Amino acid sequence: MDLLNALLQGILLGGVFALFASGLSIMFGVMRIVNLAHGDLAVLAAFIAMMALTHTRLPAWGLVVIAPAFGLLGYVMQRLLITPSLNAGPIATLVATFGLSIVIQNALIEGFSADVRSLEVGRLATASVNLGAGIDLPLVGILGLGTAIAVIGGMQVFLSRSRTGRMMRAASDDVETAALTGANARHIYAVATAIAFSTLALAGILLGTRSSFSPTAGTLILIFAFEAVVIGGLGSLWGTLLGGLILGLTQSAVAYYDPAQAILAGHVVFLAVLAFRPQGLIPARSV
Amino acid sequence: MAIDTMPRHEDIMVSRSGSGIRIGTAVMLLTVIGLAFLPYIAFQSTTSVLIRLFVLIALASVWNLLAGFGGLVSIGQQAYIGVGAYTVVALDSQGVSPFLAIIFAVVTASLLSIPTSFLAFRLRGDYFAVGTWVIAEVYRLVVIQVDSVGGGDGKSLTGLDGIDPTMRAAAVYWIALGLAVVTVLACFALLRGRIGLSLKAIRDDEVAARAGGVDVTRVKRIVYLVSAAGCGAAGAVLAVDAVRVQPDAIFSVQWSAYMIVIVIIGGIGHLEGPILGALVFFALQQFLADLGTWYLMILGILAILFAIVIPQGLWGIIADRTSFRLFPTSYMLKKR
Repeated sequence: MDLLNALLQGILLGGVFALFASGLSIMFGVMRIVNLAHGDLAVLAAFIAMMALTHTRLPAWGLVVIAPAFGLLGYVMQRLLITPSLNAGPIATLVATFGLSIVIQNALIEGFSADVRSLEVGRLATASVNLGAGIDLPLVGILGLGTAIAVIGGMQVFLSRSRTGRMMRAASDDVETAALTGANARHIYAVATAIAFSTLALAGILLGTRSSFSPTAGTLILIFAFEAVVIGGLGSLWGTLLGGLILGLTQSAVAYYDPAQAILAGHVVFLAVLAFRPQGLIPARSV
Repeated sequence: MAIDTMPRHEDIMVSRSGSGIRIGTAVMLLTVIGLAFLPYIAFQSTTSVLIRLFVLIALASVWNLLAGFGGLVSIGQQAYIGVGAYTVVALDSQGVSPFLAIIFAVVTASLLSIPTSFLAFRLRGDYFAVGTWVIAEVYRLVVIQVDSVGGGDGKSLTGLDGIDPTMRAAAVYWIALGLAVVTVLACFALLRGRIGLSLKAIRDDEVAARAGGVDVTRVKRIVYLVSAAGCGAAGAVLAVDAVRVQPDAIFSVQWSAYMIVIVIIGGIGHLEGPILGALVFFALQQFLADLGTWYLMILGILAILFAIVIPQGLWGIIADRTSFRLFPTSYMLKKR
């Protein structure tokens, strides 16, 4: 039963990984870039949530407002940092977002010290759903998986039904031709980044409620999100969800036997997919 | 220009050299000779600081080769720095001289880079960058499981114990200087030859280069291997210099951060860029390192500013405005 419990926990953890990964996936799908500060921004969101909980009387569910705030930040960041570096040369976005990652990590260390923190969300943190047979699923975890499925489903609908979403797919195929048909590439890119930023903020807060975090935690978040994208298949959002779940399952199952090997086991699955199925488990081009 | 004033074919000479290059090469030769004599005239505190500079020049040069000329932006070269350092540790525990082990470090890093490249090359562009980072993490996580090289705590070298400290410091200094010179010359030789020509063709248009008979993947794999070899040697020199290897430090992504900042400040895609960048970076480090996290934030901001505002780097500015070069890699037209 303990193993089953660990596997269920792994699926819930995988939901949060998928939420991180969906933002990475949409930015790469639309602009062919990776924001190396992806994980650090999520940690920043968790720290902001921590400050909000300790210094204001905001209830835990009120932390949701951080997501649209990060969406706005993403839009601004796109205009100030990412678009200029897209125009500057092929490696400029990597260098600029790597620089941003260094700045965020060290600013957080300067402001909060390198200590490990956690979000105090009161009853929500310990609430769980009893499935009987000694299996308790934490409510926060269910919330995380549910959010991931809702966000990824929402993105699919947005990309296939809305005008901006269709423009986004067109820009992903060929940005110049899309611009000829009236797509405003700068706006579309900024919307993609805004979506990525709000999802990573949500994921960062959810992760903060279920496990502790430190200013340097962003590195591993970026790596897990990236692994989920590659395992699932580039350009497929449902694949990204599956990739996150597989990564979470692997880590939890291995941690059940030897916690020290959990992260390495996830890397090994990633390398195996790279070696034997480089197109990922669900290869598609939906973004 | 009217037809009759255009220089005729016989009047034009294609040359790799010029006064700007001759001056540059002479300055560089004299500098290296001067540096080689430094242990006889300077205090050990000076030479030991310069060891770090030489290692940074070597690391940045091979990263520039990889990213600037090969188009392979890696954030995972610390994998080979660690492999090089741990080769020294492993051979040292078998009684091999750590100085001799540096050569083996180049071999192990090169050998491991080939199977690694087959995995990493499945990813393209930005995903290649993050993929190499994951692979470097895998190297670290595997190495810390090996108790005979110290596990997670790392290990000290014992093979240098009997050597007089002054002699040892001078030897490490010369080795580090040699590392920088050999690495830079190797990059130069590679770029001047057939590989360099192929890389230029790939950089201009990969599809056209392929059609023109360039084996793109093979050329990139060679560049990746040479870069790994350089990082392996640099890691070995770091191990010999510190007399101790600690896995989290030697496999740290910080090395990639340093390489990227140096190359982007100095000028990516110029052989001279990493040298100039390393000097600037080194100066920043000497003056600002005491600021701790603020120093690292300044580095991050510099990386952002250079990437967006001055993507050609400091040497790019110099190269645009003058004919001064340190290395004759390009061709120029001259009137006879």
